[in-house]
Amino acid sequence: MLRLKKLTKIYKTGDRALNDVDLEVPTGQVLALIGPSGAGKSTLIRCINRLVEPTSGTVELGDVELTGLGLGGLRKERRRMGMIFQEYALVERLTVMENVLSGRLGYVGFWRSFLRKYPQKDVDEAFRLLDRVGLVEMADKRADELSGGQRQRVGICRALIQNPSVLLVDEPTASLDPKTSRQIMRLIVELCKERELAAIVNIHDVALAQMFVSRIVGLKLGTMVFDGTPAELTEGVLTRIYGDEDWSETIQKVEDEDEMDAAQ
Amino acid sequence: MAISTVDGQKVWQRRDRNTQFKIWFAWLIGTAVFMWCWQQISAATTWQFFWDAPRIAADIGGRAVPPRWSYMDKLWEPLWDTLNIATLGTVLALMMAVPVAFMAARNTTPSALFVRPIALLIIVSTRSINSLIWALLLVKILGPGVFAGLVAISIRSIGFCAKLLYEAIEEIDETQVEAITATGASRWQVMAYGIVPQVLPAFAGIAVFRWDINLRESTVLGLVGAGGIGLQLQGSLNTLAWPQVSLILLVILFAVVVSEWVSAKVRGAII
Amino acid sequence: MSVALEARLGQPWKKPPFISSPGLRWALLIGGVIYLILAIYSIDVNWARVYRGLDRGWQFVIAFANPDFTSRAGEIKDGMIESAVMAFASTVVGIGISIPIGLGAARNISILPVYLVCRAVIALSRALNEIVVAILLVAIFGFGPLAGFLTLSFATIGFLSKLLAEEIEDMDRIQAEAVRSTGATWLQRYIYGIHPQVVPRLIGLSIYRLDINFRESAVLGIVGAGGIGATLNTAFDRYEFDTAAAILLMIIVTVMALEYLSGIIRARVQ
Repeated sequence: MLRLKKLTKIYKTGDRALNDVDLEVPTGQVLALIGPSGAGKSTLIRCINRLVEPTSGTVELGDVELTGLGLGGLRKERRRMGMIFQEYALVERLTVMENVLSGRLGYVGFWRSFLRKYPQKDVDEAFRLLDRVGLVEMADKRADELSGGQRQRVGICRALIQNPSVLLVDEPTASLDPKTSRQIMRLIVELCKERELAAIVNIHDVALAQMFVSRIVGLKLGTMVFDGTPAELTEGVLTRIYGDEDWSETIQKVEDEDEMDAAQ
Repeated sequence: MAISTVDGQKVWQRRDRNTQFKIWFAWLIGTAVFMWCWQQISAATTWQFFWDAPRIAADIGGRAVPPRWSYMDKLWEPLWDTLNIATLGTVLALMMAVPVAFMAARNTTPSALFVRPIALLIIVSTRSINSLIWALLLVKILGPGVFAGLVAISIRSIGFCAKLLYEAIEEIDETQVEAITATGASRWQVMAYGIVPQVLPAFAGIAVFRWDINLRESTVLGLVGAGGIGLQLQGSLNTLAWPQVSLILLVILFAVVVSEWVSAKVRGAII
Repeated sequence: MSVALEARLGQPWKKPPFISSPGLRWALLIGGVIYLILAIYSIDVNWARVYRGLDRGWQFVIAFANPDFTSRAGEIKDGMIESAVMAFASTVVGIGISIPIGLGAARNISILPVYLVCRAVIALSRALNEIVVAILLVAIFGFGPLAGFLTLSFATIGFLSKLLAEEIEDMDRIQAEAVRSTGATWLQRYIYGIHPQVVPRLIGLSIYRLDINFRESAVLGIVGAGGIGATLNTAFDRYEFDTAAAILLMIIVTVMALEYLSGIIRARVQ
């Protein structure tokens, strides 16, 4: 479904953010990308929808090669890639509804979007999504009136209304408290299952990643150093990704939490 | 801060000797320059007039009171003109300042190499020159009247508004723009959804702020023939009609106070 | 599917308006439009005159490409020096007077009567336009830079003391209280508790004000209060656009240099 081949990004400063990354994500798979700060997780995600222009290598979505597209073609393909951000990245001074509908910008013309005259089916879909995440009553509130968890839900709606085939998720829980973090992660995973979306989720909370996803990829200094299931993520692997530290606690905790979840 | 040793004892001082010396030197230079400046002013002043000033001030004050209230009839129209110069001038300036600001802001400029320097040049050159000088020039070009004043005010305001606006544009949260771009929005849609909502409050604030300043400035444009209540002021000064002058000054003061009040109210409502 | 959702499906959606009361919204809109029409209508433009003037405007633009610094070099030099002198001297004097007034106008360290008097001075200085003040001072003190110097000093007081007072009111109270708790006198309290916090900002503002004073000194000459403005006015009166362009260029360059300088100094101080 989504295929990265020898993806490399070198910034103008000379920093090698990504180093020959090869990665394939099949339809319906949720993949967690872990690694220390500065490992290139954000860059990887942004290279896929070309918010950051990759230096070399290719990105293929279905049978379209994204890296070769011109601006117009890129716009069209970006509609198929929903993105969810760390700090929610809602346009704070617009209402919740406008934020959700902004996910349709790739489909409507400038004047329609400027005058907020979206097609009725888009409006209905926006309300359905808001209802799905439990925010339908908030539709006409301004985005900056919402709590962190609510904002991230709106961000999810904005990504989903694009009707994407891939979700790019950048640290969705970094600004949230532990409980909300789990709720958001669960919501993302559920929605991906419902809609058969492939997703790449950047996350620095290893325990949270292990809890929810079926595949984990470890990135260190721009190079892939691990690719496997949560069960295969051992102390040795974590040391390889993050460096020396006592990891037994992290893994232990995860198992406990899993049991708690199972018991519920 | 520094610690030095004097007679085997440690002495704390706020600055070390070198810094202290430099600071004293700067003070010395500053004082010398000021003394020289004062000398220049003093040389160009007829001190006889200066010592005579209290008497003259009392004399003028005596003539100016009471203001000639009946003259008010002739002030309504110039006052209306003054208001129009300020308001329309601000509107016109904003229409021109918005594109200039977008061209000048690092994150929205179409070309940092060619367009941005031109935009910055427009900003600097219109901003550095006072509206009264613009009026002086425009009266010569467009002929005396309200129109020259209006254009003068709007040209002067372009740079001012564009500068504040482009600083606001540069301070926006880029991730919001990124998020809109990631949906597949076009350039103009990104502008309308990602950037404009973020700078709108700043824009409104700048507009009201500048309108307030423009009303003050447009009260004196008439001195060089560019319309508004300043024309009456000039006329009254030329004929030494001090009761009229005092009335006009009161009206100007009143207008300024009202405009400040209005702008404070509007800004409060927006933010 | 929730009830709230069912109620909304199939319904058109509209962005909630900025002003929620429809009456007020329409009143403001219609009032605004009527005002604009009246205002535009009341400005009569003599297009024939404008058309004739375009030629002169073009000459002026050309003059900018070809400014004449030389033929009135003496007058320009004297004017520029006088402007600079007025700007500098008035800034220094303005700062000197602004500090006590700014302290007096800060509610957290001043007593009420002093506060009211200082605020009144600030309000008066800010409300009076520089040009108006200059006209009055020229009438009283006669033509020349003294009137301009006094005008600018007066304007500086309103500007600096207000910002200074606000700065003091905003500043860190605990720091000042820490010094107070050592039993310091009023002056010591100022020197140790307030001064260090306010000085960097004061320096920045002073340089900014020097910049403004220089710009203003260029127009005071138009009403006879000294400086480059008189030379500029004469140049315009004689239609010597090339000389006028030269003067304007010099003003622009000086202002840019001052702005650049103030940027550097502010960055160093803070």
